[in-house]
Amino acid sequence: MPACCPEPLILPPDEGASGAGGLDRWVREVEPGRSRLEALVPGVHCAACITRIEDSLRAFPAVISARVNLSTRRVVVEWLSGKAAPEDLVAAIASLGYEVRPWLPAAEADAQRSEGRALLTALAVAGFAAANIMLLSVSVWSGAEGATRDLFHWISALIALPAVAFAGRPFFASASRALSRGHLNMDVPISLAVILATAMSLYETMQSGADAYFDAAVTLLFFLLVGRYLDHMMRARARSAVTGLLALNATGATVIDALGARSFVPAGQLRPGMEILIAAGERIAADGAVVDGTSDVDRAALTGEPLPEVVKPGSDVHAGTLNLSGPLKVRVGAAGDDTLMADIVRMMEAAEAGRGRYVTLAERMARAYAPSVHILAGLTFLGWLLITGDGHAAVLAAISVLIITCPCALGLAVPAVQVVASGVLFRRGILLKDGTALERLAGIDRVVFDKTGTLTRGTPSLIPPVAAATRDLELALGLAQRSRHVLARKLAAWATGRGIVAAAFDSVDERPGEGLEGKIQGARIRLGSRAFCGVDADAGDDDSERSEVWLARDRKPILRFAFADEARNDAAAVVAIFADAGMQPEIMSGDREAPVAALAARLGIKAFRSGWLPAAKATYVEALEEGGHHVLMVGDGINDAPALGAAHVSMAPASGADIGQAAADLVFTGENLSPVVLAWRLAKAAERVIRQNFGLAIAYNLVAVPIAISGHASPLIAAIAMSSSSLLVTANALRLRLLAPREARP
Amino acid sequence: MNVLVYLIPAALLLGGIGLAAFVWSLRSGQYDDLDGAAMRILDDESDKAPPPPRPTSTTTPKA
Repeated sequence: MPACCPEPLILPPDEGASGAGGLDRWVREVEPGRSRLEALVPGVHCAACITRIEDSLRAFPAVISARVNLSTRRVVVEWLSGKAAPEDLVAAIASLGYEVRPWLPAAEADAQRSEGRALLTALAVAGFAAANIMLLSVSVWSGAEGATRDLFHWISALIALPAVAFAGRPFFASASRALSRGHLNMDVPISLAVILATAMSLYETMQSGADAYFDAAVTLLFFLLVGRYLDHMMRARARSAVTGLLALNATGATVIDALGARSFVPAGQLRPGMEILIAAGERIAADGAVVDGTSDVDRAALTGEPLPEVVKPGSDVHAGTLNLSGPLKVRVGAAGDDTLMADIVRMMEAAEAGRGRYVTLAERMARAYAPSVHILAGLTFLGWLLITGDGHAAVLAAISVLIITCPCALGLAVPAVQVVASGVLFRRGILLKDGTALERLAGIDRVVFDKTGTLTRGTPSLIPPVAAATRDLELALGLAQRSRHVLARKLAAWATGRGIVAAAFDSVDERPGEGLEGKIQGARIRLGSRAFCGVDADAGDDDSERSEVWLARDRKPILRFAFADEARNDAAAVVAIFADAGMQPEIMSGDREAPVAALAARLGIKAFRSGWLPAAKATYVEALEEGGHHVLMVGDGINDAPALGAAHVSMAPASGADIGQAAADLVFTGENLSPVVLAWRLAKAAERVIRQNFGLAIAYNLVAVPIAISGHASPLIAAIAMSSSSLLVTANALRLRLLAPREARP
Repeated sequence: MNVLVYLIPAALLLGGIGLAAFVWSLRSGQYDDLDGAAMRILDDESDKAPPPPRPTSTTTPKA
């Protein structure tokens, strides 16, 4: 097994993705007796992962097929209905150490996939037709005459007519949609040019004429379909980054009724006043107050803060948070759409709606382009009619203007750049979720950072204790191994990494909110909070901002482990780059003032805000936007989600809360903050290339249009001009790939 | 020039076969997992003959 793959682990039964049952709603019966489950496995990344997962599933006798798709990080498993439980299948994958999220392909995703296939089929048909017609056209251009030319024209017509009817559908449909709403879009001149060119060529062929533009019409479709497919690929890649991110909300909870009977109720059917049981390791399904039990609750999904909070009877808990150490009985206060989580989601959606629809550069171009092309063609027709009085020549000239000006290069210019740019980002672990995000990112003039989890790592790291006896570390590891508390896990990971062997305890008892107590050779060893280990309240208080864990023997403290949430390695460098660019970086945090101020000072940030609620963050970003600024918001928690939605463009680390990633335009992976700079620089480079491409397309039109208006655009000239301009913009877009390594350097 | 009567249909037929092959491969999902296909060649297991297909629902549907 390669070292890169996750270690197999023995999971507590409640820590898989299954939650408490309820997997049935993810299962589809594809045909009688054959059930299918699709699941997202984000951790799969190599050949060994594929084999391990597929083998673990095929080990079930009832499983008919199991297939991992590495491109989409999904696994599809089919089995004989009723002969295997979906929970067991998911648990089998989870026990290999992979995170599994059941996933139901949305109707939308299916539609998108079939759209992609339809585009590719159209592209193949157009390519086939273009190649064959071009072959015939070349013979005509090189001097075929008389009956041979007519024959070639007729064969071209036979190929072109069905090809145009089939491959042109995406454009015709979009053009007719736009026209029926009274708009003009890029597809209207495209459709007109293709249809008119085909019709005119057919007429010429029937009249045994010299010029047929079948090759131009079909080649045009081919190039435009390439652009269309690139655009589709871009959006599909963006969509797959988001799909399923929100799949793992708590699916339900165990409800205890007045008689003490227990039943599982989906989250949507929980009502205020019900009492629910939440086992350790389970996600809480509703807002409410603790009635019974003590535990640590991981609120990271909601606040982004890594340290669990101790809850006891009377404490409030919120939907979406994770119960870590002890069972809780909670009286539901709010469920479904009334929870704090749902509130924040609504706030985020409102903020996103307020951002309005961004009008891309290409759309702005198209709005000016379509009418001017039509006016130009109309004027050409009138001019020829007035000057020569020859209706046939006038129609020919007008149509050749339409063909020549057809926005072939324009249609390719943007999608090609976006696909190249998103590919470069993807290889560096940055997911682009929205095609327009790059363009927006290039235009920012302010940067706002969240603190915990964005500028800092978001997880506390252990400051190695000086002069610790190996025996003490063995004891600490023996206890820490048994807990899910984040500090205990960090401690265990550190000690294991140092080659410490865990001490074998006779018994270990976890006291939620306090720590762990174990018995070994008659001694009582404790690992936990200050009070739990009998430490005076103010001993060793030199750095009270830090989290700590104590080790005590028979209530006498012997060792202190301190933890700090360190800034990411390159946070200061990244902040400095943005500051140098005049972006006035700021920190906006929900944390207390002291740690925020300390971090701001260390990173050289002048402006910071602390103790801010989600709504305040969003309002502040909106105010900046209204003040004419374009804000880049970088944040991770759910509390940042409204601000992420409100900003001009937003980025989130992949380690953050799912909902933060759903709200952000770009998601970056890894330990460093430098992807933010990389994405920004690449966005600016992409913007430059897009503008160059527009420049090239316009320059081409300036040369070609006068030729067309003067009636000299023969089929040969049209073919050469169109192909060369398309190839030129594509080649220019590919240059971005060479540019990228240079831009990537921080 | 009479040879064109054979050559052009032959060219179109060959091109058409290529097109049909592409459309078939697209429909049958050959392009669904390009990354996975690149990785699967590293898997020794798949060099061996595939296990005989397990009985599916077609054997005895008990509906």
